[in-house]
Amino acid sequence: MEYICELKNISKRFHTINNETKAIDDISFKVKKGEIVSIVGPSGSGKSTVLSIIAGLENPSEGEVIVNTDSIGFMFQKDQLYEWRNVYKNCLLGLEVKNMDNEENKIKVKKMLKKYGLTNFKNHYPSQLSGGMRQRAALVRTLVIEPDLLLLDEPFSALDYQTRLAIGDEVGTILRNEKISTILVTHDIPEAVSISDRVIVFTERPAKIKKEYEIKFDECPGERTPMKCRNTLTFGEYFRDIWRDLDVEKEV
Amino acid sequence: MWKKKYEPVANISKEHDEYLKLINREKNFIRIAQILIFVLGIIFWEVAARNNLIDTFLTSSPGAIFGLIMKLVNDGSLFKHLYISTMETIGGFFVGTVGGLLIAIILWWFKKLAKIMDPYIVILNSLPKTALAPIIILWVGLGYSGIIATAASISIVVTIMTLYTGFISVEKDKIILLKTMGANKFQVLRKVIIPANIPNILSVIKVNIGLSWIGVIVGEFLVSKAGIGYLILYGSQTFKLDLVMMGVFVLGVIAAIMYVLSSWLEKKVIKY
Repeated sequence: MEYICELKNISKRFHTINNETKAIDDISFKVKKGEIVSIVGPSGSGKSTVLSIIAGLENPSEGEVIVNTDSIGFMFQKDQLYEWRNVYKNCLLGLEVKNMDNEENKIKVKKMLKKYGLTNFKNHYPSQLSGGMRQRAALVRTLVIEPDLLLLDEPFSALDYQTRLAIGDEVGTILRNEKISTILVTHDIPEAVSISDRVIVFTERPAKIKKEYEIKFDECPGERTPMKCRNTLTFGEYFRDIWRDLDVEKEV
Repeated sequence: MWKKKYEPVANISKEHDEYLKLINREKNFIRIAQILIFVLGIIFWEVAARNNLIDTFLTSSPGAIFGLIMKLVNDGSLFKHLYISTMETIGGFFVGTVGGLLIAIILWWFKKLAKIMDPYIVILNSLPKTALAPIIILWVGLGYSGIIATAASISIVVTIMTLYTGFISVEKDKIILLKTMGANKFQVLRKVIIPANIPNILSVIKVNIGLSWIGVIVGEFLVSKAGIGYLILYGSQTFKLDLVMMGVFVLGVIAAIMYVLSSWLEKKVIKY
């Protein structure tokens, strides 16, 4: 089995003038090609730091990261659309950076905008769009460069609950159909369970891996979509187990 | 400065129509009040001057100022002075704004340099630049170049500070996003830092137009044989208050024109 990304004994310490904080303590995991992995854990447990390390934005204090691709897509909590560019131009951003904004790719962008229902809004500026549409535009911007590995840092948590379910369902289905290797950081357990093949549970800071779950929905006929998964009995079991792992009640 | 009326769109309810009318009425009221203040002020000034209620030796009068403008327009000298001052202002504005922008970019690029230069920039900024004008003019030259340098010196430091602050406060994730796409530092500058700061740059431009005029007038007070500043200084030294008042009036007109121009530019550039 080929791996898109391997973390071997990663630790990370943050330094300030007054002290040193260990954010991540000896974390190892692998992500297979085409696999969707979620990381859940308490707030401030270093989940986002793991993504930054994989993206090469930060270096680990110890350990080794192997990423078998140059093409990484990153999505944030906020869509980070550039407000001075219209939707179409925002989606061209990655291609421009890679000097690949040729006619052929521009047509591809327009096709993708159509596929994601944004054609009528392609000349709109982000401020004129709803939260859900903005996040969808951000997804197109990310997928246009055909990333081999997609890093999602709580990408739906700024949306209202219903939009969040809808967009989560949509994105989860797309990722599964297009077989895009994905690491999703979230604190939303149902979101993690419904979208992923595997859920990794982090402990509190300094983060270690507390548990890993292979997520399988045998009772789910046909194409697996997040929404279908949410309606199964297995879903509830996964939720209960992970909820117990997180020990939220004790903290509250 | 002049805003369009809200035209009612097709198929609106009566209530909405009344709402629009109300807004238009309020706008008209404000506009009329603004014009009235100007017209009444002028009339009061003129009447008071003619009836010797005020000392025209000190206050001049609208009629006399207008007469003087016509005289100077006819012999062409007003345009000569205006042309010289405007050119100096444009020169000073250009050097100050573009120079400030370039230095801000350099400081953003080399953050350590920015930290090293920080105290010097802060002190330079709080220094009243007009105090430096005599030195700058002596160093750069006793003519146009000295005046342009004075004008530039007034705007350049605040330009550097404003733009640098704007550059470093661009949202971090916007930069990270571009970096994950593989962007180099120059692309980050060109695709995020500068475009995110266009509103900032435009407001700097607005401020710098005014600052450049201050620099030019101060420079002309110190060394010049022509220009609006020269007219004002000459007028006050020879007790020709008509000339001084006219100079100030012309400056007011130019300020209004430039305000309209910069608002137009802002609308043209910022569409989002």
